[in-house]
Amino acid sequence: MTALRAPAPVPPVRHGAVESTASWSRLDRIGLALCWAAGLALCAICAAILLFMLFKGMQFLRPALLLSHPLPDLDQSRTGGFLDPLIGTVVLTVLGIAFALPIGVATAVWLTEYGRPSWLARAVESGIEIVAGTPSIVLAIFGLIIFQEHVFGFLSFTAQGGSVFGRSFLTAGAMMALLAMPLVVGATREALNAIPAHVREASYALGASKARTIRRVLLPGARGGIATGATLGMGRIAGDTAIVVILLGASLQMQHGDGPPGYRILSGTGSTLTTYVYNNSPAGEGNAPDKAYAAAFVLLVIVILLNFAVGAIGGSERRVAWGR
Amino acid sequence: MGSLTEPPPPVRRIVLDAEPRVVEPSAGGNGNGNGSGHLRHVPRRRDPATAVRERMQVEGLTISYGAKVAVDSVSLPVRQGEVLALIGPSGCGKTTLLRSLNRLTELTPTASRSGRISLDGEDVDGLEVTQLRRRVSMVFQQPNPFPMSIADNVAYGLREGGGRRRSKSDLRPAVVDALQRAGLYDEVSDDLDHPALRLSGGQQQRLCIARALAVGPEVLLLDEPCSALDPRSTETIEKLIVKLREEVAVVIVTHNLQQAFRVADNVAFMYLGELVEYGPADQVFGSPRAKRTRDYIAGSFG
Repeated sequence: MTALRAPAPVPPVRHGAVESTASWSRLDRIGLALCWAAGLALCAICAAILLFMLFKGMQFLRPALLLSHPLPDLDQSRTGGFLDPLIGTVVLTVLGIAFALPIGVATAVWLTEYGRPSWLARAVESGIEIVAGTPSIVLAIFGLIIFQEHVFGFLSFTAQGGSVFGRSFLTAGAMMALLAMPLVVGATREALNAIPAHVREASYALGASKARTIRRVLLPGARGGIATGATLGMGRIAGDTAIVVILLGASLQMQHGDGPPGYRILSGTGSTLTTYVYNNSPAGEGNAPDKAYAAAFVLLVIVILLNFAVGAIGGSERRVAWGR
Repeated sequence: MGSLTEPPPPVRRIVLDAEPRVVEPSAGGNGNGNGSGHLRHVPRRRDPATAVRERMQVEGLTISYGAKVAVDSVSLPVRQGEVLALIGPSGCGKTTLLRSLNRLTELTPTASRSGRISLDGEDVDGLEVTQLRRRVSMVFQQPNPFPMSIADNVAYGLREGGGRRRSKSDLRPAVVDALQRAGLYDEVSDDLDHPALRLSGGQQQRLCIARALAVGPEVLLLDEPCSALDPRSTETIEKLIVKLREEVAVVIVTHNLQQAFRVADNVAFMYLGELVEYGPADQVFGSPRAKRTRDYIAGSFG
């Protein structure tokens, strides 16, 4: 159908013609300008942080830093790297999401598929909102009070006098789970609600029970949402500082706790990249800005990669859809 | 286009202009389809007198959602060897009636039901609901394969109930058989382990039919199974429905009167929850007794 005959010389048609703001009131034009300014400013801030961190990271990051343990020394050239905090971030993130995922998914399933009595559902919903809105420092102190009780002694280290230390990867992970759980619940609920009712009915219409419908149809159907929630939650855990400072102890090195081998790492203390940055940065407690920059850069890369993972999961999930 | 003498291209065997008109009974010989010209184009129904067996019986069924009565004291037989079509304007209760046959209406908290529905003489309320739904399975308006492979979709109902979990290779023959009965096997035989949601809409719907057939139902309920599909898929599925009635009793809800005429042996016309007219398709479309049926079929309302 191309070029059957030469088109007559007509003025070019503007596709998706932009509405002229000439007829708008002054206030509307100011509003529009502010919208544009806000968006552009956000991009600029984001780009500034990324470029700054990229520059600093390139300048200070050395492979040796990633592979050596932090050491206490007055001479900065002999204080080692941040292998322990890096492992700590990974362990704490995995642990936190391992706690948060089953609880969060179960809560979301209950809210969308059962949700009765409705006063209880409303209470659960506000509970999740309150947890989501609680500052992590509050969660941390609350957790420390709880986990210093004797019943929780197995989670950390018990001193000779019988007092429980209350600080370990397990106790910090449990509180980190509270931080991640609202994100898991939210994303899972959204995904479950996106599955149309007739898909559930189709399962019932084949003689399947509700439990089986949830297990075999709804949870696989909500897989993308669950993964998105988990990834967002991991980003949140990796970036938190207050819980680490209070519930993971003050030492940069990993120290084992009580219990059988393997478990000792979990019941032991350590640090994460966030506390390493805090302890090395002149703005925090240390005087090693180059190492703080390098660690912050690594942390930023981890969180950005997690966010890209969310985008990739969400993108592939959106293509699979049922009709309404 | 070609000259007028040329036959139309054989794109569809379904004649689009076969509008079922209201024909007065005087036309004569109506039942055999030689009275009016348009009947000849339709894949002719088998004589519904042979091997017809009553499967379900609906007696005085009333269903209400809160104060609203959706189905008002309806009595109907559902027979194997026949296709029963439920027609009527939107909101007339035909889908509610269909969903009550396998007790899916119970999922709506506000729904209440009175009257008796029996399956092979047994009251459906006396049956375990999961057992009932395996004997009376259902296909929905929108294709809704589960997020798993094609083979797992078909095996879904088969894995239900049985105590031990049956392995994939155990179930393969039953899966292949169900896909063949639904006329889908040839298209997917190499892709049984591919995700079912990658199939086209028409294939998905036939997969849903295969899934419903795999559990070996006595009654198959179809809720507007073609309304989301293109004409070609619709034709495939209509042929399938006509073929299936020998093995299972088929009940189909449809808004498409031509479709009801093409596939159904018996037609029930519902209006505002009441069963206005029930009878052989030729009679309901050819010489409806009630004025409301005549008006609806003639297209003056609904």
